[in-house]
Amino acid sequence: MKDKKFIILGLIVFLVIVLFPFWYMRGKAAPKPEVVLTEKALAAKVCVRSTEFMRAEHMQLLDLWRHSVVRNGERIYVNPDGKQYNMSLSNTCLDCHSNKAEFCDRCHNYASVRPYCWSCHIENPKEST
Amino acid sequence: MDSSRRRILQFLGLTGLAVTAKPVLNALAAEQEHGAAAEPTIKKDDAALEARQWAMVIDTREFHSEADVEPLVEACHSIHNVPRLENKNHEIKWIWPTHYHNAFPGKAARFLSEDVEHKPFLVLCNHCENPPCVRACPTKATFKREWDGIVMMDFHRCIGCRFCMVACPYGARSFNFRDPRPFIAETNKKFPTRMKGVVEKCNFCAERLAVGQLPACVEASEGKLTFGDLYDPESEVRELIRTHYTIRRKQTVGTEPAVYYIV
Repeated sequence: MKDKKFIILGLIVFLVIVLFPFWYMRGKAAPKPEVVLTEKALAAKVCVRSTEFMRAEHMQLLDLWRHSVVRNGERIYVNPDGKQYNMSLSNTCLDCHSNKAEFCDRCHNYASVRPYCWSCHIENPKEST
Repeated sequence: MDSSRRRILQFLGLTGLAVTAKPVLNALAAEQEHGAAAEPTIKKDDAALEARQWAMVIDTREFHSEADVEPLVEACHSIHNVPRLENKNHEIKWIWPTHYHNAFPGKAARFLSEDVEHKPFLVLCNHCENPPCVRACPTKATFKREWDGIVMMDFHRCIGCRFCMVACPYGARSFNFRDPRPFIAETNKKFPTRMKGVVEKCNFCAERLAVGQLPACVEASEGKLTFGDLYDPESEVRELIRTHYTIRRKQTVGTEPAVYYIV
């Protein structure tokens, strides 16, 4: 047991390195992302579903939309209030939320998710190129 | 603690009741909520055009030069954001003109009428009734819509293996070897583009049929192309097939193409 002090020293170094992100960032939480609603979105007041639902489950909703449109050819979504929407990311979602950088990206960057929707779907349907 | 047999049995009974009552109450509560807020539903547009098998009749007698074909190709390629790549190996085509001997190999005789030999024949995906591309696809990215016979691509699922391109006897499919976006002259914002690494082809304008419009090429053709239900004996396409001699591309391979040519 004459190597005891080396082992303990090694363990301490190991812990310091492994826990580096925790002690380095201690007390410095990244600020919560602030999403910006466009005037059109503010005027509409409600989204396709309630804000809580959209916040928590928009990805499942979009997945359902994609499946219904592409594979079942069904393109109209009737929400619980009986209002009809064309199930289209570029033409419906981005019609109101035309500020992708301030709306979609802010949260996605914060949560470090990188959806690849935009490699095909047009992200600026309103802007003229 | 009083641990007589009676007390233990009483305790077990009450516990059992409590455990079973919770899910029942939960289910009842959920049902009440369900009654309050209706479930969202999904449906087709009321204006959507329906058929058992969409088919097209191309009247090749009306096409004489590239100039007759160009507006149709342009109509399709511009609304679907089809890129224009000069390199033949990278080319993307949904609908394009070709020579008779390429469109109908095996039907081209040693000597042909000059007219037929030189004029353009429009070719596109045949939306076969027995599509070999669908059988080849390992991810079901390409599939035949059971309700109207369109052979569709689900670009979300395509892994770019190109088995479908090998399987298609008509060369109707193109592969995106490059990111197509820089090569789209004017993007139609209503329709998505594709990305590098997926296969694409004509979709019989499924997105237009869904809102009650005819395919773009048919609309631009001013009557040279006819579109309709192959299984409706009263449809315009059936009427044309009944009254004219029509041929199909590579009929002998058994794919049952749904594009008919009046020659």
